[in-house]
Amino acid sequence: MEWGNSMTEYNFAYLDEQTKRMIRRAILKGLAIPGYQVPFASREMPMPYGWGTGGVQVSAAVLTPEDTLKVIDQGADDTTNAVSIRKFFERTAGVATTTATAEASVIQTRHRIPEEPLVEDQILVYQVPIPEPLRFLEPRETETRKMHSLEEYGPMHVKLYEDISRHGHIATAYAYPVQVEGRYMMDPSPIPKFDNPKMEMPAIQLFGAGREQRIYALPPYTKVVSLDFEDHPFDPSKAPHPCRLCGAEGAYLDEVITDDEGGRMFVCSDTDFCERRRAAGHEGAQA
Amino acid sequence: MTLLMSVRDITKYYGRYIGCAEVSFDLYPGEVMGVVGESGSGKSTLLNCLAGHLPPDRGEVLFDSRVDGPKDTLKMSEPERRMLGRTDWAFVHQNARDGLRMNVSAGGNVGERLMAVGARNYGDIRRQATQWLGRVEISETRIDDRPTTFSGGMQQRLQIARNLVTGPRLVFMDEPTGGLDVSVQARLLDLLRGLVRDMGLSAIIVTHDLAVVRLLADRLMVMKDGHVVEAGLTDQVLDDPQHAYTQLLVSSVLQV
Repeated sequence: MEWGNSMTEYNFAYLDEQTKRMIRRAILKGLAIPGYQVPFASREMPMPYGWGTGGVQVSAAVLTPEDTLKVIDQGADDTTNAVSIRKFFERTAGVATTTATAEASVIQTRHRIPEEPLVEDQILVYQVPIPEPLRFLEPRETETRKMHSLEEYGPMHVKLYEDISRHGHIATAYAYPVQVEGRYMMDPSPIPKFDNPKMEMPAIQLFGAGREQRIYALPPYTKVVSLDFEDHPFDPSKAPHPCRLCGAEGAYLDEVITDDEGGRMFVCSDTDFCERRRAAGHEGAQA
Repeated sequence: MTLLMSVRDITKYYGRYIGCAEVSFDLYPGEVMGVVGESGSGKSTLLNCLAGHLPPDRGEVLFDSRVDGPKDTLKMSEPERRMLGRTDWAFVHQNARDGLRMNVSAGGNVGERLMAVGARNYGDIRRQATQWLGRVEISETRIDDRPTTFSGGMQQRLQIARNLVTGPRLVFMDEPTGGLDVSVQARLLDLLRGLVRDMGLSAIIVTHDLAVVRLLADRLMVMKDGHVVEAGLTDQVLDDPQHAYTQLLVSSVLQV
């Protein structure tokens, strides 16, 4: 018998049923209080912290045998992190996997929201390194919890103030803080601020931080507001180019260095989106 | 004239040791109250009880809030008390590092309280921060520097600016001149005296330095072993001390 293909070696999706129940309870609580960080008893996973242990545990708790899983890392389906997590669930859960955003029912992501709009019945699972948006201001957990419970979020703007005073504009480009439903301050995980407006979406969004042992969530169509100043409004900026491969204008781009003489190109960070557009006949400057 | 703050019977024990016991006094708007005494006499305990940092075992602190009139701050809910701490009250720590964010620029430090009470216009915040740095004699060119690059005296002045920017009515000061050399102390005291007079601030100043209260305080309380042993007008207490301990305290000051 080939190792890992049998359900006798692992419980479905690696974690035991009691652990999954515990995580599901945390997820339900998180959905009931959007943006609130629910503590949970994070387990040791067979991968290092920082590689998505939180996201993997959340995915394991929500996966069913009928699900189709997609895993992306910085928008790409084919990088180490994405490949290894996808393989992990192929082995331990035996679920179908895909790279197509529209075909997936559960999408685990690191640092991006797919370009293709998500729909109801889909679940987007984020990997979160530091769930506490107030951490840089206040190192004490007791104090940040108190700040959340008392809605003391004024100091959050200090970070943006510092950006403007130093750079002339709000230079925070990723992990841009948001306020959820006018209540909880939330770290959207290190997604580019370009993706912030997409967070008001029909799909369920779950956030798992394994090392920090926190889960939080956004139910469908939750109001998510990015912080800003009246005279320095929020700007979901991106590189001012079309994709060199598929010519897309409105997609988030990666800068790729092509030689050691200053040559570079801008291409879609969402590889699935880019490939699909090229298959449909769209062409960029260098196709 | 209505009282700004009325303190009744504040008592705090640390286990079986007395922190401070049965302290009562009234504070009028625009008045500066000095609290002196040796180390361990309960001055800082008293100040922390009044400012809501430490829950006393007994007593009440009635504060004349802008909205509801006199209210016992010890019975307030925590959000209410914290709101008071950001608007009507200010707390100047002995060590500026306790009261400042050392990894945030001077402008950000001053602006924080404004943002905490809802200011969301960068230009306005910046303008007010600049103006306040000027008032505490810190050059405008230092607005984007971190307090770690400031001298001790500048840090203390920055802490004062950060506290006064929202126009509080009552300032708690815990040894505001502690750890500064005498010439810097003198300038800081001069600045404080000007600000207190200009803004009509009330203040409660805890110190062991009699020169500080002589310059700043209208009235004085002398504490020993957790009890107030003598209280009265500053000049009266210092020039004609009645209690044996006060006499000792006054006679211990070195004359140069």
